[in-house]
Amino acid sequence: MPSVYPISLSVNGARHDLKLDPRTTLLDALREHASLTGTKKGCDHGQCGACTVHVDGERILSCLTLAAQASGRRIQTIEGLASADGVLHVVQAAFIEHDAFQCGYCTPGQIMSAVSCIREGHAGSDDEIREYMSGNICRCGAYPHIVAAVRDAASRLKKEVSL
Amino acid sequence: MNHFDYLRADAVESALAEAAQPGTRFLAGGTTLIDLMKLNVEHPTRVVDITRLPGLDTITVSATRIRIGALAKMSKVADHAGIKEAAPAFSESLWRAASAQLRNMATIGGNLLQRTRCTYFRDPGAYPNCNKRTPGSGCAALEGINRNHAVLGTSAHCIAVYPGDFAVALVAFDGNIIVRGQTERIIAADSFFLLPGGTPQRENSLLPGEIIVGVEIPRSAALQRSHYLKVRDRASYEFAAASAAVGIELEADGRTIRDVRIAMGGVATKPWRLRTVETALRGKTLDEATLRLAAAGAVSGARSHGHNTFKIALAPKVVARALMKAGGIV
Repeated sequence: MPSVYPISLSVNGARHDLKLDPRTTLLDALREHASLTGTKKGCDHGQCGACTVHVDGERILSCLTLAAQASGRRIQTIEGLASADGVLHVVQAAFIEHDAFQCGYCTPGQIMSAVSCIREGHAGSDDEIREYMSGNICRCGAYPHIVAAVRDAASRLKKEVSL
Repeated sequence: MNHFDYLRADAVESALAEAAQPGTRFLAGGTTLIDLMKLNVEHPTRVVDITRLPGLDTITVSATRIRIGALAKMSKVADHAGIKEAAPAFSESLWRAASAQLRNMATIGGNLLQRTRCTYFRDPGAYPNCNKRTPGSGCAALEGINRNHAVLGTSAHCIAVYPGDFAVALVAFDGNIIVRGQTERIIAADSFFLLPGGTPQRENSLLPGEIIVGVEIPRSAALQRSHYLKVRDRASYEFAAASAAVGIELEADGRTIRDVRIAMGGVATKPWRLRTVETALRGKTLDEATLRLAAAGAVSGARSHGHNTFKIALAPKVVARALMKAGGIV
């Protein structure tokens, strides 16, 4: 039997003390052990972006990250994006307003990726949004609305900063 | 995925000590290794996480050279103002590779070592025959669907393409790879990567127990005026069908080529430097006809395997186009 090791993860500001097989990915740790199922498993091979989360403020793929690698890092998932009183993040609100999804399965990854895309300063034009969001695949093909939502959220966040 | 022990190294010396044990692999960004472990292509028994080794993620641009630590993330190098200014082809080779998420994970050292995307190599369940995975077992790609396989540098044992972009720029601009084992070695990027020949399981000259600690690139006028063109089946997030890292330095007359550097990706078993084409272009006038004529030599010795003939037609066009872009005539 494989051994399990104690691993402590900090997710959305809360500490999770888990006992995990070293093979456990961050994605499986979140979904199966921390009961945070907002992060989705698509391809499980780093090709679709559904599992995108933030580690120390940067978007990464949780399916190609071992949970052990994320220990001691600051992890943020889709569940941690809205404020404590339930007010949605600007990007979440923009996705609803622009109808930027159909089935919704890729949406948590799209939104986590979009938040980073804007924060990195890579949402300056539709072409740049398409380039820097290309790691998130949408099988329903909601891309035009996703681009519109990211563009809108970027301009709203810019206004917030300049206010 | 097979069971393995996870260890975290806090110094290069301790990482090297751990690597001395058989079955050990270093884990950096994990974007290749963990993927291939899930596919049962890689099966280390010990994984040493090197992502927290101190001091290996720095990027320095001095008057004469660029030095990039092995643990610098692809995204950080791509967005580095000094790299964009002194070495645009390197920035482009990085931001046109993978996706934003993968670039935030993948390191420069790991990027150099990424394994081929050959579909037969990646599928041991369906294709037990792969000389790269199991030496002597044969090559399923030779008689298979080989549209994405190499036309240059192939052998009767392996036709898998080297998949990376950054290494293509590194080979074009005479970069060095700095590795540390019992001693420190500096290896020219061009000789770091090996042709498959009869031993496709050996992809580079890194020795067991050695670790890449960084790369260095001499600055030059050609590098300053450089470009990375990547042509592929979709506009973004795709491996190259054919790519070219090029740089041009012109004489004071603004139209005679003084220096030129060219390497291709996506078409060969290793990053493919075009020294003969470079020699043919030095001293010539920068115009489309001259560039296209010289670029025809890019596929000298190329060989199709059934589905990849298009690469032989595509590669010279990509080289010529990249040179025209760098030269400012397109």
